Amino acid sequence: MLLKRLIVCLDVRDRRVTKGVRFMDNRDIGDPVELAEKYCRDGADELVFYDITASAEHRPTDLEMVRRVAEKVFIPFSVGGGVRSAADMRQVLLAGADKVSLNSLAVQHPEILSEGARSFGRQCVVLGMDVRFAGVSASLPSGYEVVIEGGRRSMGLDAVAWARRAVELGAGEICLNAIDTDGVRSGYELDITRMISESVPVPVIASGGAGALSHVADAFLRGKADAALVASMVHSGEFTCGQIKNHMIENNIPARRQFVRKKK
Amino acid sequence: MGSVRIAILDYGAGNLTSVDLAFRRIGARAQVTADAPAAALADALVFPGVGSAASGMAGLRRSELDKVLLEGVRAGKPVLAVCLGMQMLLSRSAEDGGVEGLGLIPGDVRLFTFPPAARIKVPHMGWNTVAHPEKHPVFAGIPSGEAFYFVHSYYAAVGSPENVFGTSEYGGREFVCAAGRDNIFATQFHPERSGEAGLQMLENFSKWDGRTCC
Repeated sequence: MLLKRLIVCLDVRDRRVTKGVRFMDNRDIGDPVELAEKYCRDGADELVFYDITASAEHRPTDLEMVRRVAEKVFIPFSVGGGVRSAADMRQVLLAGADKVSLNSLAVQHPEILSEGARSFGRQCVVLGMDVRFAGVSASLPSGYEVVIEGGRRSMGLDAVAWARRAVELGAGEICLNAIDTDGVRSGYELDITRMISESVPVPVIASGGAGALSHVADAFLRGKADAALVASMVHSGEFTCGQIKNHMIENNIPARRQFVRKKK
Repeated sequence: MGSVRIAILDYGAGNLTSVDLAFRRIGARAQVTADAPAAALADALVFPGVGSAASGMAGLRRSELDKVLLEGVRAGKPVLAVCLGMQMLLSRSAEDGGVEGLGLIPGDVRLFTFPPAARIKVPHMGWNTVAHPEKHPVFAGIPSGEAFYFVHSYYAAVGSPENVFGTSEYGGREFVCAAGRDNIFATQFHPERSGEAGLQMLENFSKWDGRTCC
């Protein structure tokens, strides 16, 4: 049986993991490689690294960090931030990442999704979408609009329409981040998560807002997501991945239990 | 060291970084090589691969690593085939309009197809549980039902039950996810991406003599 995934997100700035609230007020959490290993041991099914300052600083993704992570992490991980072309995607994948997350670039140059899918397979191409509730209108039938640059720029695109188009172009997975709830820990935006999950034939990751065990369970039970992404919840030390997994299992959400390798 | 030397065959089908790093992590003496004569000297062979069957087979023939693989199988060297590598062991694949395989395991490779109304997503991607009889030495210490990481759109329809070592279920359908014979062990899933259970499997493979079977 295919299991539901728990994904831990690590926002990296100056080679340190940080976490903000609604993309602001970032707080230092620790070393990316050490944290990655800790979350793996603890039962995370997948990791996501965002090089959050690469785009703003007009520099490529920190490949050295990707290589260091790949030496220690033996579960799938994706990398986002600083990718500007298919050539950049190749570098990130060669450094050891399994998938590349494209966000603003995909909105501004949607052809990158097709190029990435053609060159590396659609399973390597994750569309990162930041969305915000703006009210239902003729141009926004879902009520949610796509924003870029950490929410500073609205693109006038309907979230569901964009998700569908991106999948047609080549996105193999969608990471849906609701920016109004990001870091707020009040729960995921379940309505848009469900709308997108039911509209596209690829896996959808719920992101933005998890703060309690019930929020994660709701992402699957009510949001119909394939995976739930957490950050603050585990970075704060309040919950472990193991606890979240146990809660999923108690709620009949199929989840992977941590395997312990025999020591020689 | 006295441990076996493992050659990871690089025939141009995808990125072998994670396979290489996983073997290093467990302390195995593995090396990625595209050089057929060098690969022929190894004690054990790893046959990985992502991408399409046609380009995989073409790359394998061009690099002459197909000969190394077939010779290794004949010589009784332990062989681990992963994902596309497993699919290429079969007789043929429906991918790319039909591709001849290596024919080491009877059966053919087919595309996952489901009725549209079932809303089953293809590729099959993520962690899935693997059922196995807990007999094969490469599965040692890994209970049946443990989860491994999959990414694939095609699956191996293995012809004979004696070649089936493990199964999974997707979209309500059972499929073979571990297969082999004698000194060959093949997985549809990616042990190098399957956390501690995957590392356990690679460690088991690195110690396997290729003879003791189930």
